Amino acid sequence: MSERVFLRTPWETLARQHVAVSFGMWVFLASEILLFAGLFGGYSIYRSLYPHGFLAAGRETDIVYGSVNTAILMTSSLTIAVAGRFARAGFGAAARRLLIATIALGLLFLVLKGFEYREDLEKHLFPGPDFPLAQKGAQLFFSLYWIMTGVHAIHVSCGLIAVGRLAFLSRRRVDWLWGSGSEEATALYWHLVDVIWIVLYPLLYLTGRSGHG
Amino acid sequence: MSATASLTAEAPNYLRDGSTLGSWLFTTDHKRIAILFAIGITIFFFIGGTAISIVRLELVTPAGDLVSDDTYNKLFTIHGIVMVWFFLVPSIPATFGNFLLPIMIGAKDLAFPRLNLLSWYLYIAGAAFTVITLIAGGVDTGWTFYTPYSTMFSNTAVLTAAAGVIVVGFSSVLTGVNFIATTHMLRAPGMTWFRLPLFVWGIYATSLVMVLATPVLAMTLLLVIAERWLDLPIFDPSRGGDPLLFQHLFWFYSHPAVYIMILPAMGVVSEIVACFARRRLFGYSFMVYCLVAIAVIGFFVWGHHMFVSGQSAYANLVFSFMSFMVAVPSAIKVFNWTATLYRGSISFDAPMLYAFGFLGLFTIGGLTGLFLATVPIDIHVTDTYFVIAHFHYIMVGGAVSAYFGGLHFWWPKITGRMYPGSWARFAAILMFFGFNFTFFPQFVMGYLGMPRRYHAYPPEFQVYHVLSSAGAAVLGVAYLLPLCYFAWSFFYGKRAPANPWQATGLEWQTSSPPPTGNFVAVPAVTDPYEYHPKEGPIDVQGQLL
Amino acid sequence: MTGMKLLLPEASKMAREVDIAFFVVLAISLVIFLTLFVLLVAFAARYRRGTCVPRGPLPRVLQHEIEIGWTAGTVFLAIFIFWWFVSGLPLPPRYAPNQLEIHVVAKQWMWKTQHPDGAREIDALHIPVGQPVRLVMTSQDVIHSFFVPAFRLKQDVLPGRDTELVFTPTEPGTFHLFCAEYCGTQHSHMTGEVVVMTPQDYAAWLRAQPHGDTLVRQGEALYAKLGCGACHSPQSQVRAPKLAGVFGNTVVLAGGGRAIADEAYLRKSILSPRDEIAAGYPPIMPSYAALASSSDIEALVAYIKSQSVQGQHR
Repeated sequence: MSERVFLRTPWETLARQHVAVSFGMWVFLASEILLFAGLFGGYSIYRSLYPHGFLAAGRETDIVYGSVNTAILMTSSLTIAVAGRFARAGFGAAARRLLIATIALGLLFLVLKGFEYREDLEKHLFPGPDFPLAQKGAQLFFSLYWIMTGVHAIHVSCGLIAVGRLAFLSRRRVDWLWGSGSEEATALYWHLVDVIWIVLYPLLYLTGRSGHG
Repeated sequence: MSATASLTAEAPNYLRDGSTLGSWLFTTDHKRIAILFAIGITIFFFIGGTAISIVRLELVTPAGDLVSDDTYNKLFTIHGIVMVWFFLVPSIPATFGNFLLPIMIGAKDLAFPRLNLLSWYLYIAGAAFTVITLIAGGVDTGWTFYTPYSTMFSNTAVLTAAAGVIVVGFSSVLTGVNFIATTHMLRAPGMTWFRLPLFVWGIYATSLVMVLATPVLAMTLLLVIAERWLDLPIFDPSRGGDPLLFQHLFWFYSHPAVYIMILPAMGVVSEIVACFARRRLFGYSFMVYCLVAIAVIGFFVWGHHMFVSGQSAYANLVFSFMSFMVAVPSAIKVFNWTATLYRGSISFDAPMLYAFGFLGLFTIGGLTGLFLATVPIDIHVTDTYFVIAHFHYIMVGGAVSAYFGGLHFWWPKITGRMYPGSWARFAAILMFFGFNFTFFPQFVMGYLGMPRRYHAYPPEFQVYHVLSSAGAAVLGVAYLLPLCYFAWSFFYGKRAPANPWQATGLEWQTSSPPPTGNFVAVPAVTDPYEYHPKEGPIDVQGQLL
Repeated sequence: MTGMKLLLPEASKMAREVDIAFFVVLAISLVIFLTLFVLLVAFAARYRRGTCVPRGPLPRVLQHEIEIGWTAGTVFLAIFIFWWFVSGLPLPPRYAPNQLEIHVVAKQWMWKTQHPDGAREIDALHIPVGQPVRLVMTSQDVIHSFFVPAFRLKQDVLPGRDTELVFTPTEPGTFHLFCAEYCGTQHSHMTGEVVVMTPQDYAAWLRAQPHGDTLVRQGEALYAKLGCGACHSPQSQVRAPKLAGVFGNTVVLAGGGRAIADEAYLRKSILSPRDEIAAGYPPIMPSYAALASSSDIEALVAYIKSQSVQGQHR
């Protein structure tokens, strides 16, 4: 289909527009990494100040939910990456199905997260008077847990909206995915959401769970 | 020249391209978005200015007799929040950067025009939060939101204030992304990196800082909101938190933020000085390296805001050293601007007067930074009026002077009208004197021990406060004057030619105002600042002999 | 006290050094500023449009060598100022013999000071001239800052932590004390005075004060009331570190690593004992965070400090 449909001001060629959209997304990803960097920094400092509290608190997160969610998110990165390959190779319909799989996996992540949050709240793992652990720093760990996973979940939701947009806009014309240029940018964003989780997972789920506790 | 004369107001231009409200509120034209931002920041400039006028009126007498303690605290807080985030940070980038960046590189628009409009809507959303904060009674934490006061002790609208700053921060990040992508991807054929005007380099360096530093502020304020609203322990020492962590996170953004405010100003000054001295900028490549060096080194000095905070003495040493280092590129730029004047042909139009003002005032502000980088001196003068004077010399004497200089330089291009030159020169001179009267006494009283954020003070400081408040009154008049004659020029100003200042730069190769697509014909790209040929003498008028 | 004040008394040992630094940096700044100012004015006058002066291109030497020159010069000047005034600063902790240790508690919106023998003051501090002073300060609520312009000294005062300020007053007189970190509604009224007296006057003043218990005696009373001796006294059957002479020792920690048993360590051991527990001891000490206020902790730490092995003086 005609390239002109996708070409936007101020670009002269579609190829250049595509490169620019991806470049712009990379720059935005740098800002997203800095967004989480403050949280990681705070975590590192408090971990070094309160090792016992952090180790004790780290053992209270649900490693089953955490690990399953990690697998789900990593698989969704795979599906969106392959979708991009398929789109560029001209297999638009297959690409679209993989995008929908990505959305399904992302939704599943959020649903499981919801169940996990409910379980955490039943165990009173929200800092407050009923908090079960007495070590200093354990409450700080969980403050960071709720904020880190909460902000991450917001990013997953935004990512789902973005991937959903791709699936929606390409429903009539499957080769739209190749022409729009936003497919690669969306996939980059989704990969970032996955990478952030890959850092969060050991910080929040593997702490305190090595042999020595 | 006559060809361009016919390209004035009767020709289609971006201002006449649609006159409905919708054509403005849903525009993706970077020039219109620049105007939208300009309206917003002007409104906030006067809101922040009104707040501090009441403060300066109160400070004429030592007793706190005009407003209550709480009101006073809210006034200086809103002055800081509004001036930093709703005026200074967007001022030059979102107005001149938006308007001129594409034109200066020969492009039709920014890389992502719709993202640009989103940036403006985010600014408005942040502004709405700020207005809600004011309606809800204001906020009294200081623009610095230090914990645990902001998280656990203040009884004011901290949450909405913090939310407003987070939202307007995202506006900043998206603008930065847009500018970086534009500079990389949309330069016209022949416009290599080292042919870019220094204004573009200034905006580019600023954008790097905006993209990397602002998210840290967003997260820090999110943590404040989480602690205050959800009672999650983060900075609360009784539950293991460290209030100093807040300060480190906050200043990690807020120091680079001051470079967000000054780098574009430096870019503007370079454009003006070259044009009104009719001379190539001295040391172009050094000027570029210095802009980038300031942006980079600026990320490593934040601890100089915390010399007395209780951080370690080793940290003090490192941050002091890095702060001395960041002074070097700024100094070199001042030397280069001065050297540009040598053998030039200088005219004293209003933009140039503002540039001269910048050179003097920014130098004073920068030199007083040396005092503050010296730890034992800082221990004495930090948290006093000395610091207030220091940053106002740079932010107001520097950045605001440059903003006004840019306004006077590019007004003909943006609006297609000329303004009355004598009034403009008078306002510039009035501003310079009003500014010095306001802020120089503050250096003295800061050294003598007058603490900042004080509603009432010991009587021995009164003389300085009276001088300062008198100066502020003059400064206020100097800010209102341009409002008047610029408004006048909209209706009665002479129509501007395409290049009223005989300046180089691609923006002057198109009509005043420009057409929606910026250029009718593909612009010719040359080295920047071709004000005089590399060889051969120039005459008294700056023309080649 | 109206009228223009241009000079501030130099009332501490540090004040003279700070003033020297200030005026040297001022002199350097003035030289730089005046040079630039003169050049700007000269160029503006000489090269204003319409004057008949030569305006050819710049010789190359003026473009490259001069740039490198002033870059190098600026870097050198920056490093020089840093080296002269900053790099030689003494690093804490700074203990001096016969140091007068005063405890300061800041709260919204007042200063509470306590002398070692128990004399207390509000919004004031009386000290003898010539004797080194160490202020050990903490806040009960938000961050404040102890600022005495005449001493050229300032130190933030934090909740949950001690910060210290070490100085020697050199001039008798009455000097402003300001809170220099915005702390809420009455921040501007959180002021007081530091009164430096001759040693005789100070001794007389001290004698005239109503004496509460000294910090050490308060600590001793709290130690008994909270039952610390049940585990920590030499007669106790419980395996707990004995506290006589512990202050200033190196403690080997259970997780590996070492710590110095200074005030911060002792405070932490009372508030969250499991965090840095000494090696070889079971983690059974409960936290006293709920039972001891920050002033109580100050007193307990002072008492434990005083249980030094004979002759050890910190």
